Amino acid sequence: MAGDYPLLRYSVRRILQAVPLVFWVIIINFTIIHLAPGDPAIYLASVTEATPEAYAELRKEFGLDKPLYVQMGIYLWKLLHLDLGYSTWHNSPVLGVIIDRLPATMLLMATAFSIASLMGVVLGVIASRYSYSVGDHLATLASLAGYSMPIFWLGQLLILFFALYLDWLPSQGMYSMRGVEPGWPAVLDVLKHLLLPAITYATYHMTLVFRITRGKMQETLAQDFILTAKSKGLNERRVLYRHALRNALLPVVTVIGINFAYVMAGSVFTETVFGWPGMGRLIFESITARDYPMILGIFLVVSMMIMLANLITDILYALIDPRVAYN
Amino acid sequence: MNANAENRNGLLRVSDLRTYLDVPSGVIKAVDGVSLEVNRKEAVALVGESGSGKSMTALTIIRLQPVVARILSGEILLNDVDLLTLDTASMCDLRGTEIAMVFQDPMTYLNPVMRAGAQVAEVVLEHQEVSKGEARSQVLDAFERVGIPSPQRVYDSYPHQLSGGMRQRVLIAMAISCRPSLLIADEPTTALDVTIQAQIMDLLAHLREELQNALFLITHDIGLVAEHCDRIYIMYAGQIVEHADTFTLFAEPKHPYTEGLLRSTLSPDKRVEVFETIEGQVPNPTDMPSGCRFHPRCPHVKDVCREESPPSLDLGEGRMVACWLYE
Repeated sequence: MAGDYPLLRYSVRRILQAVPLVFWVIIINFTIIHLAPGDPAIYLASVTEATPEAYAELRKEFGLDKPLYVQMGIYLWKLLHLDLGYSTWHNSPVLGVIIDRLPATMLLMATAFSIASLMGVVLGVIASRYSYSVGDHLATLASLAGYSMPIFWLGQLLILFFALYLDWLPSQGMYSMRGVEPGWPAVLDVLKHLLLPAITYATYHMTLVFRITRGKMQETLAQDFILTAKSKGLNERRVLYRHALRNALLPVVTVIGINFAYVMAGSVFTETVFGWPGMGRLIFESITARDYPMILGIFLVVSMMIMLANLITDILYALIDPRVAYN
Repeated sequence: MNANAENRNGLLRVSDLRTYLDVPSGVIKAVDGVSLEVNRKEAVALVGESGSGKSMTALTIIRLQPVVARILSGEILLNDVDLLTLDTASMCDLRGTEIAMVFQDPMTYLNPVMRAGAQVAEVVLEHQEVSKGEARSQVLDAFERVGIPSPQRVYDSYPHQLSGGMRQRVLIAMAISCRPSLLIADEPTTALDVTIQAQIMDLLAHLREELQNALFLITHDIGLVAEHCDRIYIMYAGQIVEHADTFTLFAEPKHPYTEGLLRSTLSPDKRVEVFETIEGQVPNPTDMPSGCRFHPRCPHVKDVCREESPPSLDLGEGRMVACWLYE
């Protein structure tokens, strides 16, 4: 027996392991960005056609004239005080800009991600129940297409069809330009804007979850304990969802967790195509402007979100399969 | 002749059952014209080598044969109701309550991610209108009945925390929790240590006395049967080749296959230098020999055996043998 609260001990251990990881992520992010050619001073100087003196002034102002390890030390020291620095391009504190943009991305991704995960799992279970039927083959084919389609291309196709040809849905942004009344009309307006980018992102994620669920369910349904469950007189739905799905869920949860890391990468494409005012577009803009503090801030937030997602995945793992926590 | 009037004790009556499996290499006649009976409170054994079709017979009776199986003909009467004509929901109602099954390998027949107690309680909750608390106490009773030393602890354990013998007791508790009139045990001791095997067989016998259920024991080990069963059916290559009460069968086996089986069991009474076996192998299931399926291995083979399959001869007093030697 592994103590009284194996799950709690397991969770605490995983959280403690994450702490040094954050530190290393910051160091690596910092180094990588400074390895890339160009810096914010060069970018600003070029767009403003500044004199060499003004350029040197900018470098000094941004602290770029100091040795790299000193810059890193200053950055870490500020981070300890929850100061993410000052954006060279937006001319305001990094944290403020991120907090400004984060809700839009969260709305888009949470919607797409949860609907896609849920539908992927349910469709996967149904397909495994009717494996090798015509419907199953069609679903598998469709999922292969959805999985292979580049996000930006699918997004543009959807815009062409639903926004330009049918004129049913808006193609860009999060709110209507003309403005709508607050309350329900405003909510409806955001939902209308949300639909296409959400579908665009959800398609890729859903097809992936669908394929993993279907495959693992087929494998699980062939196992001996399924026969036991049936011999108890349980109906098919119970056998599928209570016995098979829970055993099949482990790799599905892994995929969903890993996919979360790609959420941000996906958001860069989706938000750029649909003009969605979120983090994805911010990443794009900041990298173009070599906005060091901004990029570092975004990377830090994104890295921490991914680590959080992994942590949740690990804990879900232990919740689903008791053998994980005990070992 | 009226079968019901003849045998008021009849519980299970299988007649001319044929279950064929469609596999890529052809058709496997796994169960080919099997007829057998189990009376109330009786212990009956079905003995045969691996691949003889005995497990498929059991699975067909409880209607959990694999999807590749086709039932070509036959009747499976349980309390005069033909199970093959029941719809799925009615069949589910019977499983666990009237017929229950204990499987071969306790390691793989329990759901690894559910607590042992919950898996047993599920049967009770499925078939009886009881509260969760009531179900729990019924399960703890069943655990005590099957000789689990600390029912509370086992209830909250996951299968991987229990020993093989303990898991098999959990599976038996699951099977008897709703007091079925027929308990089918498919090789219940094969996967266990020899010392545990005897315990489990004694437990099954003891439970039968207490709960008054009939036991249909499927095994390849004829030695195991002697002590615990009233009657024995011998199965070879999908067919019943001999049937007699246990004493008679051991005293004077008729079918050459039965003789071979008995000769190849070890006994402390006889000293043997060379372990006796039956020559040859079980026939290829997709390409059965012509005539009597045992003829390639039979020491008494005659010309007729190669040409025609033997009739089932009634030798009186319930004895049956399918062999040309007695024609």
